[in-house]
Amino acid sequence: MSDRECPSAERYIARSSAIAARLVGGEMMIMSTADSTFFTLNEVATLIWQQADGRTPLSEIVDKKICQEFEVTPDQARRDAEHFVNELSQHGILQVSEQPIISCAPPPAEAP
Amino acid sequence: MTSIARSARTESVTVEIGGMAIALHSKDAAFRELLVDRYEGFISDSQKSQFQLAVDLAQPWAMTGSDDDVRVRKQGRHWLIQRGDFQARWNPASGRGQVRQSHNPYAIDSVLRIVHTLILARRGGFLFHAASAIRDGRAFLFAGISSAGKTTISRLAPPDVKLLTDEISYVRRRGDRYFAFGTPFAGELARPGENESAPVATLFLLEKGPENRIEAVPKAEAVRSVLRNVLFFAEDRDLVAQMFESACEFADRVPIRRLVFAPDARVWEGIH
Repeated sequence: MSDRECPSAERYIARSSAIAARLVGGEMMIMSTADSTFFTLNEVATLIWQQADGRTPLSEIVDKKICQEFEVTPDQARRDAEHFVNELSQHGILQVSEQPIISCAPPPAEAP
Repeated sequence: MTSIARSARTESVTVEIGGMAIALHSKDAAFRELLVDRYEGFISDSQKSQFQLAVDLAQPWAMTGSDDDVRVRKQGRHWLIQRGDFQARWNPASGRGQVRQSHNPYAIDSVLRIVHTLILARRGGFLFHAASAIRDGRAFLFAGISSAGKTTISRLAPPDVKLLTDEISYVRRRGDRYFAFGTPFAGELARPGENESAPVATLFLLEKGPENRIEAVPKAEAVRSVLRNVLFFAEDRDLVAQMFESACEFADRVPIRRLVFAPDARVWEGIH
């Protein structure tokens, strides 16, 4: 059975509350308060991060935001988004669920 | 009566760094003499002490060694600070703590640095891997990895420059401004800094090169550089978040530039 015939389950993503984050000079900077791991996100990853409200499916974020705002094919955008989500979830920076996530940290402030 | 004489009578030596006076209590007169010698220029009147550390000396064989990594973790209301050559407890609410260590200056030096980072973290300040100096009433910080040139630029400083440290800078926030203070924490220069302070004018990120030039640094890189150079040990979520915010605030308010420099004294011509 091909992937086309068996679509993967929908995924919902939410910002963890165990982080500190700021948008600085157009780059999202995130520090895990659990292990002090530090990440800088590129523009695409920043957009996904900002949309990670726990209620919007990842596929919708990719289709309606990433593919609209960046010149990228849907397949490539989906692969990149999955890779990004998997990596950040391993560090506890994003929560991932097949159901909507109720509790989600508010989006971080932008540095002046 | 001198302050040192008073301290001897009270079995304590008060070390004031960054305007934070910590009284170090020890019944061992030889250890108190060691402290007075080690922190020369930073010894203060015991009546000014805001914080207290009681030092209990153990035999060297009673400590496990000095190769372990330092651990700083919260247990109830206390911070537990541990390394092979010392164990310490610090109560941030009371400003009091205890240290158990052998008779050497290195352990108490580390304890003091860590206690200062814990005190400063709640006040938006930090210790920073950087040389610092005062010129014309303004402080300049020079950050970089161990071979970046902190000691070199300190050695090249002209006579009108007051060196605050060639290794660990002390930064405090007052309102929207940051101030750098001298510290006794020396690097290769092996001499304590001047016990003075001034508002921070610029943080330079050091990089050795064929000629002297100053370059702009993008804001995001500036924040990354500050975070890389802050001394921070505590395994505590609230304090990590606080430190992250402090680094961002500092990068917002203090100009941060890259200083590419050739190792000769002319580099100081562009620093004023």
